Amino acid sequence: MSVLEIFIDGAGLWSPYAARFDAFRHWLESGMIDAPETARPPAERLPANERRRAPEHVLLAIEAAGQAIGMSGYDAAELACVFTSAHGDQAITDYMCATLADDPTALSPTRFHNSVHNAPAGYWTIATGCRAPSAAVCGHRASVGAGLLEAAMLTLADERPVLLVCSDIAGSGPIAEMTGSTQSFGCAFVLSPRPGPHTLARLVLHPTHGGERAPAGASVLPPDWSRANSTAADALPLLMLVAGHGRQHHLPAAAHMGLEIRREVLA
Amino acid sequence: MAVPIKPLAVSAYTVTSALGHGLDAHLEALTAARTGLRANDFSRDALTCWIGRVADVESTPIPDDWRHRDCRNNRLAWLGLQQDGFLDQVNAARDRYGASRVALILGTSTASIGATEEAYRRLEDQRIPPDMREPDIHSPHSLILFVADALGLEGAALTMSTACSSSAKVFASAERLIRLGVVDAAVVGGVDTLCDSVLYGFNALELVSPEPCRPFDRTRNGISIGEAAGFALLERAAARPGAAQLIGYGESSDAYHMSTPHPEAAGARLALQDALDRAGITPEQVDYVNLHGTASQKNDDVEAGLIAQVFPDHTRVSSTKGFTGHTLGAAGIVEAAITLLAMQQGFVPGNLGASEPDPVCGPQFAWRNETRAVNVALSNSFGFGGNNACLAFRRGGV
Repeated sequence: MSVLEIFIDGAGLWSPYAARFDAFRHWLESGMIDAPETARPPAERLPANERRRAPEHVLLAIEAAGQAIGMSGYDAAELACVFTSAHGDQAITDYMCATLADDPTALSPTRFHNSVHNAPAGYWTIATGCRAPSAAVCGHRASVGAGLLEAAMLTLADERPVLLVCSDIAGSGPIAEMTGSTQSFGCAFVLSPRPGPHTLARLVLHPTHGGERAPAGASVLPPDWSRANSTAADALPLLMLVAGHGRQHHLPAAAHMGLEIRREVLA
Repeated sequence: MAVPIKPLAVSAYTVTSALGHGLDAHLEALTAARTGLRANDFSRDALTCWIGRVADVESTPIPDDWRHRDCRNNRLAWLGLQQDGFLDQVNAARDRYGASRVALILGTSTASIGATEEAYRRLEDQRIPPDMREPDIHSPHSLILFVADALGLEGAALTMSTACSSSAKVFASAERLIRLGVVDAAVVGGVDTLCDSVLYGFNALELVSPEPCRPFDRTRNGISIGEAAGFALLERAAARPGAAQLIGYGESSDAYHMSTPHPEAAGARLALQDALDRAGITPEQVDYVNLHGTASQKNDDVEAGLIAQVFPDHTRVSSTKGFTGHTLGAAGIVEAAITLLAMQQGFVPGNLGASEPDPVCGPQFAWRNETRAVNVALSNSFGFGGNNACLAFRRGGV
């Protein structure tokens, strides 16, 4: 099977525990938590009026994306992007299903167009003037791996840097019991086919048979952070690899398929 | 930026929509210029509109092994998979390459949200009722969870959910996986079903026509929503000499508005150029373009303007949404299948529904069915969020 080599040129993070990739890295090294001061992701890449109105899921994805792009030194307008989410905008799903059960003709047109899985991708490309390809994908509990595979394919097949954003918000209403998502978690990576001045990590991806998640060992991460949702569970070990902690990780990418990820020393 | 691709064989394909189950039913309806649209009999307090409803979805159970994933979307997926010998073709590919060497990439916009809507109508103590307490069925990925098991596929499996371009973009994702050697073949396609979310949602946006939709008519007044399932099997060209081929694709974003296309078709133009570049062809070589053509005011205006600027008079273009309705996340695969069928049979489907062409439409429009060789054809798909895709195909044996 093929071996795929990619470079990570930027990383972003927003969660109740750490609000930036640098804070995460600092925390791994010092054990000092630097939690965000506000629950609402600042999402500064959005115009102010959009920022006020945008749903939490959009703010979360845009915040992580903005951080990763800022670190990479690339122009957001030039980068193809892949947004992945296991559950999409659960708050809007809850609103829509409740309203449709109660008074369907009262459905808000804005919330309806924000309900599409590619709403964060849409807001991102509009805000950054990006006309490159954008995708919104899902792989259920393997959404991070499925998104990483899609982004890596785009990076390597077209030899271009690609923005990957992985995000899920906490569930609300009856749907929350089905998704089991208890906290918001968003992160982003800029993938490149070759090393550059901002490269953080060199990763070799080896597609393998077997989509099971690696058993949770004695992790340094707070358990409720890892269990917040499947996106956090899968993205946190990946963020650790990118931060230089650990050498190898098995990431589920589908029900029966995974990615064996090895961090190589940067030349 | 567009990297030329090696053509892929479209080894098998099938479509099920309001026109019927499978390719023969589609060919018959298309050549007879007969619409599949009917007055809305789906939503509870019936909205005044026309819909493209697939017959027999309710009476087609999914196999017992997957009863816990029963919902309208998976029923339609199962119904669609059983047409045109498609299951046999996938089984043969799985035997040939191995279950982990065949990817499954499907586009859907609504997935099984209809089941979640039903669960909310039947809440018990503010909880999903016990018989529907099945996380897989309330996931945007529910279609793939079912189809991957039903087909016995164990390779890469991805839901593409970019609204109405979803099941066009799956061809691009599959091509990259095959080109980079991650898999040897891919099942692509998409399924979307009628549900309250889309009927009331598009109604709230005032985009639904009270009549059967009339793409590119001067007095068109909105879309008709449909449902459909379609699938295709992609392999390297050498595996299936003589089959129709995917020769290119283009993807882009509008960077303009969540639910309105860019007025100068900036994004759509990029996707089109990307597809032509990857295929290594010029507009003069394109015999037919299946348009996105939803019958909304803005979409048709912008797309017709683009066609008039780019293509010579002899290229034929039409929207087939007057036949099927707008099948949302399934529109890409439905229209790819119709395009492949037109190539195979040597005809151009007419732009059903329009009686008075919008003056913005150029001489390229095929207002009625035409008999002619279609060797190279494109299919356009545009979605909310300004997401665009364009597919390029070549007829088998050319």
